[in-house]
Order: sequence, then structure tokens, then C-alpha cells
Amino acid sequence: MQELIRRMKELMADGTVQRVLGWKKGDLSYNPEPYYFNTAEELDEFVYDGFCGANLSKYMVKGSNLEGKTLVLLKPCDTYSFNQLIKEHRVDRDKAYIIGVGCKGKLSPEKLKEKGIKGIKSISGAEIDGDCTELKIDTVYGEKTVAYKDVMLERCHVCKGKEHRIYDELMLESADTCDGDRFTDVEIIENLPADEKFAYFRQELSKCIRCNACRNVCPACNCRKCVFDSTKFDSEQKANVDSFEESMFHIIRAFHVAGRCTDCGECSRVCPQGIPLHLFNRKFIKDINEYYGEFTAGEDAETKGPLTDYTLEDLEPDERR
Amino acid sequence: MSMNEEFRPKIVAFCCNWCSYAGADLAGSSRLAYPADVKIIRVPCSCRVNPMFILRAFERGADGVIICGCHPGDCHYSTGNYYARRRMTLLFSMLDYVGIERGRTRVEWVSAAEGVKFSNTMNDFVETIRSMGKNVRLGDLRCKN
Repeated sequence: MQELIRRMKELMADGTVQRVLGWKKGDLSYNPEPYYFNTAEELDEFVYDGFCGANLSKYMVKGSNLEGKTLVLLKPCDTYSFNQLIKEHRVDRDKAYIIGVGCKGKLSPEKLKEKGIKGIKSISGAEIDGDCTELKIDTVYGEKTVAYKDVMLERCHVCKGKEHRIYDELMLESADTCDGDRFTDVEIIENLPADEKFAYFRQELSKCIRCNACRNVCPACNCRKCVFDSTKFDSEQKANVDSFEESMFHIIRAFHVAGRCTDCGECSRVCPQGIPLHLFNRKFIKDINEYYGEFTAGEDAETKGPLTDYTLEDLEPDERR
Repeated sequence: MSMNEEFRPKIVAFCCNWCSYAGADLAGSSRLAYPADVKIIRVPCSCRVNPMFILRAFERGADGVIICGCHPGDCHYSTGNYYARRRMTLLFSMLDYVGIERGRTRVEWVSAAEGVKFSNTMNDFVETIRSMGKNVRLGDLRCKN
């Protein structure tokens, strides 16, 4: 990581970039936050470890409007989102200097909590330079160890691959974390009877507090004016919990990003209620792959999305399996 | 609803102005019968049907939703129904995923000359929904238990 900081300072000093978009140490050892570093001194606060799950590509929507180039750090999965944003003309490629950073899987503080690890003082083993196999956690209740894989985010278990899709230079090593199929959960739900499907989603979605975190973090949700912010609908006021937009929020949102969602998993990561929101997006991705051929949003910045395209021989809505 | 009363489903039909809406007209002027449970909403093109319309119909108590458009290749706006076809395929699949059975949603291509097809389609669809019974779901997916 020191090498990365040195390189960033170097690029700042020679004027290639005006600022760095990266992660800054949080007030706790497991909550680094996205941050624009404007001076080399500020970079002393920089951190990149297993807890830096945040996808920085959406911050480049703002970064593209700033003066000069911004150095942005993208993990392999973030580059898909960045490509998709280029395709939608929401970020300016020329305003970004991309350092593709390696990734050894990202960690979930929620899963630490589930493991009963509380009162965390410090964590070691999450450093990107290490081998990321075991976490040593110093808590007020004593020292605890936990396997890295056991507290990894769900999305890292079904990783798309550690290859960067767009970058100016690459730094740091990656490690393969994929040990599952991302459509397994979707298939399980698909095979339930209708009543149970409904009961499952009702139980999950009734936890929603409409904090809008999933929308705010989603790189595909980049509309200048979001339909859910419109004062013409009831959805803006949180008191109207039984209005239409409220009750269908997640289905509507999933449809809005269908064909554009890169399955970066940020929605599920930030949800304070732990709703598995990625299940909606993955259902659309699975259907698109099945009906219209394999498609990965953000693989490149040119290919037409499946919902903005058609063929004469598309299958009829009633023909599908 | 008392027990001996027959179940009358609420069915919303989105009909394209250029084909199936005229097809419904033809069915009428040919004196072909189809159930009054079908409420027709005229849209300029099947592509105009925002997925939210369908969700809202279900949310407001519809038991089935059918979308009628021009046959592929015949769209008044050249390509509208191709896009609608993809959208509806995905949306219906999603509805099935959250527990709205497949039979409650349908897409039919009905031209302005197909009055008979229109009436047959509607009769068949209403029959299907009747046998499935009332749609009790999606009234409020987020309803607090």
C-alpha cells in the first residue's frame, strides 16, 4: 500500500492529477469512507484494505465536473460500473486517471457482528499486502480470530473475476475469492410455490425503512432527477408508507436498472436492514442471459444494452420457460 | 362478496390504439361477445405501457393484466412492440419471481382485422383468471406484518 501512496503522491506532484478519489480511514477500524484527497498531506489518512468495499465509480459523476483530472482507484468489479457510466455519458473518461487496484475480497462488518464479535478495538489481517486468510481482532472482550472467507461480503463469494476492464495502470495483487454460483439463490426462490415466494419477499421487503441508501449508492441509479424524488408523487415524503411507489419501490428500482446493473452488490452491502436486494437484480440478469444471450453490463463501453435493443426473433413473453 | 355469488375478476387490458383497440371495436360491431370484466385502456402503442402501469393495476386490485399490441413487424411506429416484448418478458418473469402466477399476465398480438381473435382471447383470459381466483398478493408487498 505504501507503494500505491507513493505513486499517488508522485502523480499529484507532477500535475497529472489534481486530486485523488480514494478511501480515508474512518473513525473505526472497519469503516473507511470514500474521500476526495486534495493535497499530498491528506493522503497520509489514505487507507486501502479489506474493508474498502465502496464502489468509487459513481463518485466520478461529480468528479467529472471538477477542474482537471481526478485519480480514481477502482477495484476489478468497480471497473464494470465505470464502463457502464461511460456508456451512459455520465462520467468523462478524459477527466479520470484510473489506477486499477487489486482485490482479495472485501469484508462485511455485519458478518463480524453476526459472529458475535463486538467491541472491536483493532483488526489486523485485512491489509491488502497480506495474504488475507485470517483476521485477528482485538476486542474489549479479548482477542478473537476468524477466517477471512467467513466474513467476506456475499458478492465476493460469487466474484465476476479479478480482471480490470478499464484502467490507466494497475497496482497491487489480487486473489481469487469466487467459490459459488451467483444464481443459486435465485434458482432456489424460483422453484418455490407462489405463496412461499410472496411470503419470502414480503418478509424481506417489510424490513425496508426507505432510507434510500440502495438508490444513493447504486452506480446505475445516476439519473439527475430520480423518479423517487419527484414531489408530484407521494414517494418523497416518508410518512406515506402505503403509497404505490413506496410499496413497489424495490421492484421499480430493479426494473429501472435492469440491463444496466453490473451486479456490483453495493445495494445489499449498504442496506442497514440487511435486505438481500441483489436478488432482484440477479433475477433480471439471469433472465437476460437466458432469453437474449449472455450479457455482462459494463464489460465494455460500447455494446447496446439488452433493453435498448431487440431482434425480430425474440421470444414471446408467454413462451418463456 | 357472498359465497353463492359468482367470482367476477377485475381484468385490465392495455390495447394499442392502432390495432387491438380497433380489433375490440370490430369485435363489438361484429356482435362478438366478451366478458364485461375486461376493462380496456387505450394506449398509443404497446411500448407505451410502462411496467409501473402493470404494477399499479395489480396493486389496485386487478386480478389479471393483458397487453394487446400489433403483430411483430406491424407496429405503427415500426419497432415499438419489439421493445415492449422484451420489457414485458422480463417484467412478467419478475412478477412470477415475487409470487404473481404466470397466468395472470399475458401479451397477445391482435390486429385491427382480428375481431374474432380479440373476443376469443378475452374469453379465454377471463376464464383462466376465474379458475385461478382472486389475486390476493401485491396489494402491498411492503405491508407491515
